[in-house]
Amino acid sequence: MDIKRVDEIIDKYNAEEGALIQILLQLQSENHWLPKEVLARVSERLNVPMSRIQHITTFYKAFSLVPKGRHQVRVCMGTACHVRGAPRVLDRLEDIVGIRPGETDMDLKFSLETVNCLGCCALGPVVEVDGKTYGRVSPSQVDVVINQYE
Amino acid sequence: MKEITLQIDGKEIRARDGMTVLEAASKVGIQIPTLCYHEALEPYGGCRLCTVEVEERGRTNLVASCLYPVAEGLIVRTRTPKVDKLRKTILELLLAHAPDSPILEEYAKEYGAKKDRFEKHPSFCILCGLCVRYCAEVKKANALSFISRGTSREINFIPEISSKVCWDCKECFPLCPTSYLQAAYVLTQGLYSQEPPFEVKGLKGVTAC
Ligand code: SF4
Ligand code: FES
Repeated sequence: MDIKRVDEIIDKYNAEEGALIQILLQLQSENHWLPKEVLARVSERLNVPMSRIQHITTFYKAFSLVPKGRHQVRVCMGTACHVRGAPRVLDRLEDIVGIRPGETDMDLKFSLETVNCLGCCALGPVVEVDGKTYGRVSPSQVDVVINQYE
Repeated sequence: MKEITLQIDGKEIRARDGMTVLEAASKVGIQIPTLCYHEALEPYGGCRLCTVEVEERGRTNLVASCLYPVAEGLIVRTRTPKVDKLRKTILELLLAHAPDSPILEEYAKEYGAKKDRFEKHPSFCILCGLCVRYCAEVKKANALSFISRGTSREINFIPEISSKVCWDCKECFPLCPTSYLQAAYVLTQGLYSQEPPFEVKGLKGVTAC
């Protein structure tokens, strides 16, 4: 990530210590993950020790310290989705993108993750890509969903 | 400063307003077991071993004495069957993580805690935070911190900082109730003295675990 852009985001919050999480969240959403140099810059500009940044970025699941793909795929494994066949949907997804939950593919295209409830159980099994929700997904429809993404 | 009178284990005790029950008790020589308390650090309330029974306006409650402020007319009991049982369980849970910690063994004897009550999870660190807080609050070096959360929480040295400052300090080592701190430091040193074992930039096909 461009350090100039990092500085811009920090300046937007007047490099305030209290805005640390907001700044990290914005960096995360623009870059999909938080490289070490970016965190070092935040630490330096906000005058917050690296230890605290490390503590926060490993505490919240919203942050990633390893590269993430351009598209974030979430498969719901909650009870309702589970009984409606989510494991088979996940199997099919793993086959197509070639990675398992928690992983990112070689081209940094997809990151796959399982979640425990997306809050729309009536639509199960639910798959979410970049915040867009796909309901009643059958294993055979997974290809159609995934192929839309570049 | 306002003077306050309270009762601890049947004794009338004078304390200053703003003191904690633990401080008031230790001033008159009443021992309360602690693990995460250190007089140079902000109270933390992480281990709950210092739990005591307090009675206020006829209501009793179990509180962490290292955090609980003294109050006029407060009645404190530091050893009741309930308190002892609680401490025993806390010790047994911690012993599942650090079975060879000398201080845990000592307390275990006193409270009759058994090492093998709970299934072993030898993480060795009991997450008292003494090392992390000492480094941040007293030394202001911030060489290590907790990472992750819940059951996967652990301490982590920041190699860039610890390789510069820790060797000449090591003041946190004797604070650790187990030997984990030292082991974690040695491991960090070992990994960092060679080239960093992994290349972060442009890493492909990685696992986020
Ligand atoms: S390493 Fe030792 S001092 Fe540090 S948190 Fe763990 S048990 Fe406490
Ligand atoms: S000493 Fe009070 S909670 Fe640890």
